[in-house]
Amino acid sequence: MTSDTPRPPPRRRFFGAWGRRELQGLFWQVLVVGIAVGVVVFLWSNTVTNLSARRITTGFAFLGREAGMPIADSLLAYNPRDSYLWAFVVGIANTLRVAVIGIVLATILGTLIGISRLSANWLLSRLAAVYVETLRDIPLLLQLLFWYVLMQALPAARAAWRPVEGVFLSNRGLILPAIPFGAPQLWVLGAAVLGLVVFHVIRRRLIARQMRDGKPRPAWPFALGLIVALPVAVSLVLGVSWTIEWPQLRGFNFVGGLTLAPEYFALLIALVTYTSAFIAEIVRSGIQSVPRGQWDAASALGLRRSFVLRQIILPQALRVIVPPMTSQYLNLTKNSSLAVAIGYQDVVSIANTTLNQTGQAIEAIALIMAVFLTISLSISFFMNWYNARIALVER
Amino acid sequence: MTAITDIPDAPRAARRPQLGNPVLRWLRTNLFSSMPNGILSVVLLAVLGKATVSFVQWGVANAVWFAPANDSAACRAMRGVGACWAIIPEKYRFILFGTYPFDEQWRPALAVVLFIALYYLSTRRALWRRELAYLWIGALALISVLMWGGVFGLSFVSQDRWGGLPVTLILATFGLAFGFPLGILVALGRRSKLPAIRSLCVLYVELIRGVPLVSLLFMASVMFPLFMPAGFNIDKLLRAQIAIILFAGAYLAEVIRGGLQAVPRGQYEAADALGLSYWRKHRLIILPQAIRHVIPPLVNTFIAFFKDTSLVLIIGIFDLLTTAKTAIIDPAWQQFSVEVYIFVAAIYFAFCFAMSRYSRSLEATRR
Repeated sequence: MTSDTPRPPPRRRFFGAWGRRELQGLFWQVLVVGIAVGVVVFLWSNTVTNLSARRITTGFAFLGREAGMPIADSLLAYNPRDSYLWAFVVGIANTLRVAVIGIVLATILGTLIGISRLSANWLLSRLAAVYVETLRDIPLLLQLLFWYVLMQALPAARAAWRPVEGVFLSNRGLILPAIPFGAPQLWVLGAAVLGLVVFHVIRRRLIARQMRDGKPRPAWPFALGLIVALPVAVSLVLGVSWTIEWPQLRGFNFVGGLTLAPEYFALLIALVTYTSAFIAEIVRSGIQSVPRGQWDAASALGLRRSFVLRQIILPQALRVIVPPMTSQYLNLTKNSSLAVAIGYQDVVSIANTTLNQTGQAIEAIALIMAVFLTISLSISFFMNWYNARIALVER
Repeated sequence: MTAITDIPDAPRAARRPQLGNPVLRWLRTNLFSSMPNGILSVVLLAVLGKATVSFVQWGVANAVWFAPANDSAACRAMRGVGACWAIIPEKYRFILFGTYPFDEQWRPALAVVLFIALYYLSTRRALWRRELAYLWIGALALISVLMWGGVFGLSFVSQDRWGGLPVTLILATFGLAFGFPLGILVALGRRSKLPAIRSLCVLYVELIRGVPLVSLLFMASVMFPLFMPAGFNIDKLLRAQIAIILFAGAYLAEVIRGGLQAVPRGQYEAADALGLSYWRKHRLIILPQAIRHVIPPLVNTFIAFFKDTSLVLIIGIFDLLTTAKTAIIDPAWQQFSVEVYIFVAAIYFAFCFAMSRYSRSLEATRR
């Protein structure tokens, strides 16, 4: 390559209508697909031989058999005589219970900390920075074990801590006062959700009309009627009771109230604090991505600060925030499978027990994959829809 | 949401009268710029002060620093009042090196030093040349010799006796060293014009990224024997390493794909116009630019991935976290797990913090 005369162009050979490039492409594809198929066939035939040697029949028939495994902490009614299928459903419910509540709490905490990092108060912003740096740089599993150990070191039920009246923190977990929830309460909740949806539609109509003639139309009477008055009316008509059930110490344990088992509570704290550190960084960079000029222009128009933040800064920041937030939500959901390390029975832990009891390895792993792919796709789908809604409409 | 009103507001701060004393001025602008801010500062100072005092009482003033070997009586006397740091000198050899033969533990220690030197050299921009790849191959070979032994008069140590920090570093580094080329190939495959190759790569990336690492590790530990011909079995550590490589490959592929997309079309066209083949085009023109684009996110992926190696605890491989957890099974020291976890967290933190600092300095030099 040292000669300074230009090299002659490479010779091209043609095979009929197909150029060399197409033939090469075909060759590579056939080669790679051939190798992939070969590997899969090899693994599959080995697996079939091994399974028949161990007298394990493949297929999902085992789901109907009696599970016989205890599940200590579950949202749905379960006893060891139920089928494997039901055990899986209980596990999925446990995974969702951690993931959904974790996502909500991590978003709130992460947003607060992200905003604190931008605070003009030096102390607050430094504290938020230390929080983010520390939690991000320590493995989640280590944090989870740490919280679990702390949870076990709490005093016994008799000597439980009572930070607030009716709230107990002991090695039995966190016990909160609760409202017993049944069908009548669900009706009231349904009315509130319906009211919220209708209110949202009406509010959009009002804004559309204001766009046409410029006259402001207050939306708050509708909010009062639909979100407050409607559920209250339903509650009164049905005569729903809203008595709070206070937990009480009886013997060595608590009766009544809502119990968050130590495993669940430790997992929730670990997931929420860890993910909130990442969300804080996303929120901070999102707000910083909005140019200062936007603040200045809005205040030059004489708008109030809270209005500027809500209507001008946040919508622009959200465009930067939402896509990475989606992957944090997915991470939190996948990380909830670390539950297996402290004995909270989520779907991975139950699949693992099933696998040890029945030897149906392929089916158990396939079920885990199916569950997580479904959850991941649902979250991505929802977040993509939300992202499309808030995306910048360009001319 | 009071903090929202605290978004920096330069003009207002500039209008304040400048006090003479710089300390007072600093306090005024940073802690007491307004009434709510001042109240917030006082509350935070009070909370912080109380937390610091109780931590110093527990961790320094009342702590037990040394205890006779195998005797936790002094610690148990101070339980709940002071920290038991004496557990660290008692157990650090096991936490750091697991069940590696005690007299040979200088070998894993040297391996750790080599790893750190390798990481340090890789961060030097002046060394980002082809020789760096040879350096990696040489260093990893040397580390394998040190850990396994069996040659040069070193006694052989089978890998089921390895443990602690070297195992964590091995899982992370080998995962990276093999996952990175795999990631490049998959990223290229995903952008290829050949439909069969593209769909295979998409399938691989989406499947791996869709499931938790825990389930991949279960698969490696439970299903791998099923996949292989009867009688053929490989070591548990190697199986976990394969799972980690496959996992890393999928995540790195997505980062590298982002870099490939950032290379302007003109570069591809220019390379084609020079008549370069596909591989030479990518090796000489496209990949160097693409990877430079994504170095900060790559470092972030490395950090995430370094932390994720701790998940091998779940399938019972003796990495740093597992040895720590095993060290406190000892009934005499069982109650002092918090101290051990803090010690191990500090080690993980040191590695991750160094990497994240480095990532940030890279981003700063780019601007």
